[in-house]
Amino acid sequence: MSFSQMSIRQLQQSLRDGKTSSVELTRACLERIAATDARVNAFVTVCDESALAAAAEADRKLAAGEGGPLTGIPIAVKDIFNTAGVRTSCGSRILENYTAPYDATAFAKLQQQGAILLGKLNMDEFAMGSSNENSANDPVHNPWDLERVPGGSSGGSAAALAAGQAYATLGTDTGGSIRQPASFCGVVGVKPTYGRVSRYGVIAYASSLDQVGPLAHNVEDAALMLGAIAGYDPADSTSVDCPVPDYLTGLNAGVKGMKIGLPREYFIEGLDPAVKQAVEAAIEVYRGLGAEIVDVSLPHTDYAVACYYLIATAEASSNLARYDGVRYGVRQRVEGGLTGMYEKTRAAGFGDEVKRRIMLGTYALSSGYYDAYYLKAQKVRTLIREDFLKAFEQVDLLLTPVAPTAAFKLGEKTDDPLQMYLSDIFTIPVNLAGTCALSLPCGMDGQLPVGLQLIGQPFDEARILQAAQAYEAETDWHKQRAPLD
Amino acid sequence: MKITREEVEHVARLSRLALEETEIDALTGQMDQLLGYVEKLNELDTEGIVPTAHAVPMENAFRADEVKPSIGLERALQNAPQSEESCFVVPKIIE
Repeated sequence: MSFSQMSIRQLQQSLRDGKTSSVELTRACLERIAATDARVNAFVTVCDESALAAAAEADRKLAAGEGGPLTGIPIAVKDIFNTAGVRTSCGSRILENYTAPYDATAFAKLQQQGAILLGKLNMDEFAMGSSNENSANDPVHNPWDLERVPGGSSGGSAAALAAGQAYATLGTDTGGSIRQPASFCGVVGVKPTYGRVSRYGVIAYASSLDQVGPLAHNVEDAALMLGAIAGYDPADSTSVDCPVPDYLTGLNAGVKGMKIGLPREYFIEGLDPAVKQAVEAAIEVYRGLGAEIVDVSLPHTDYAVACYYLIATAEASSNLARYDGVRYGVRQRVEGGLTGMYEKTRAAGFGDEVKRRIMLGTYALSSGYYDAYYLKAQKVRTLIREDFLKAFEQVDLLLTPVAPTAAFKLGEKTDDPLQMYLSDIFTIPVNLAGTCALSLPCGMDGQLPVGLQLIGQPFDEARILQAAQAYEAETDWHKQRAPLD
Repeated sequence: MKITREEVEHVARLSRLALEETEIDALTGQMDQLLGYVEKLNELDTEGIVPTAHAVPMENAFRADEVKPSIGLERALQNAPQSEESCFVVPKIIE
């Protein structure tokens, strides 16, 4: 077994046994990035020198028998995470010269546990997008088919794994931005419950929906990474102070007797036949493993995209008011005083999609429209959340597709914002409900991966990971590798 | 029409975005389409429904009012487009 096929736990054992070194692993990742990233474009910043220095330090610790389960493991994070001393551009021109003055908590936790930062990953500007085409950088290409999108907004985080460039990555998920790219790139991605992972130091898009999570090559690695970043953080008052279980304990306990709900609103017309077939086959695997399959209803599903695009844009319009050319970012120098500087700076610094969302959100919050749009959406959000809580009275978890199709072509949806938004139809409701979900590979549509979504009760990540592990142990989809030489 | 060109121009001013004419044209059509789409929320009767502002039930988060080390002046100013001594410099505010 080559190191690229090993789980993080196996790698850690190899490091401890002296069969490999962190420097060797890190160098191999950097070489892989050098060999493939001109085509994939997952990385916006590669930290060669600091990565190798950190790896050498990790090797010293390993030799002394010190460190933890991530010591010496090369990882990478979405460029939305503040990483002290490293450029953090969030896919935007307005932050192209911004060097983070401090670390985001989730990243700091990984680093404290010995993980090696390979670099920062490409993304849709300010995490707004479903295809990575909204990046101010060139877009990411899907390693399975370079003419297709990797998904978004954490497209770099998923593509880097599919291209074999890193052992795990971090992303963020506001409406599907971890799960949809994980699905398109054939990797595992976890969107934890809102409040499970600190958002401190993560550049904000929609603060009541944003959540940090891991992407990984397999379920066990995802569980390990989630455990490493989860937990209350005094610096994020919305992180929740409840115990973090050991996600590896009980991971292999199986699904016998588990009740899995199929929300009928997720098995609709418009679902690609190959996706439908893969998900239905997965249902049979679960049945075979002794799970009880139950039909359930989430009656307000059809309203989720509309609800999301009012709430998320409203919050974004407020969050992005801070990019005004005063404290950081690229300032446009103009005549016309302060307001003129603001207006030119923002117009030149933001891309089309970000402007569109700021405009829609500002409109939804503006005098005379607040009740009709924003407040209405918040009420509908209550109905959507209640749908989930009611379903969870009947079942332990829900099983759905991640996206209606496999990865689409670059350029295919860029002219039609609404069609692009609808590609997140199965992932958005989870963010509105604030609960947890994951994506794992469950089949192929020709040469393209298809993802399965498992949705759990709030703070019940352990159960969906356990169910995912049971499926992964029965199937080989996660072992497939993108045909990228 | 859900939104007029004049309203789009007004929202652009509220958003502090100096948009090009072509951008305003495009946004007028796109925002009209999106506002038309979100109209579907009005199919639902939400009379008496409590709005959700936050996914996790949460009260105010209080903490002790203690002085702790902060980011410091140098790092706070390191990304400033223009700074002088301990200040961010901005264009003239009062004409």
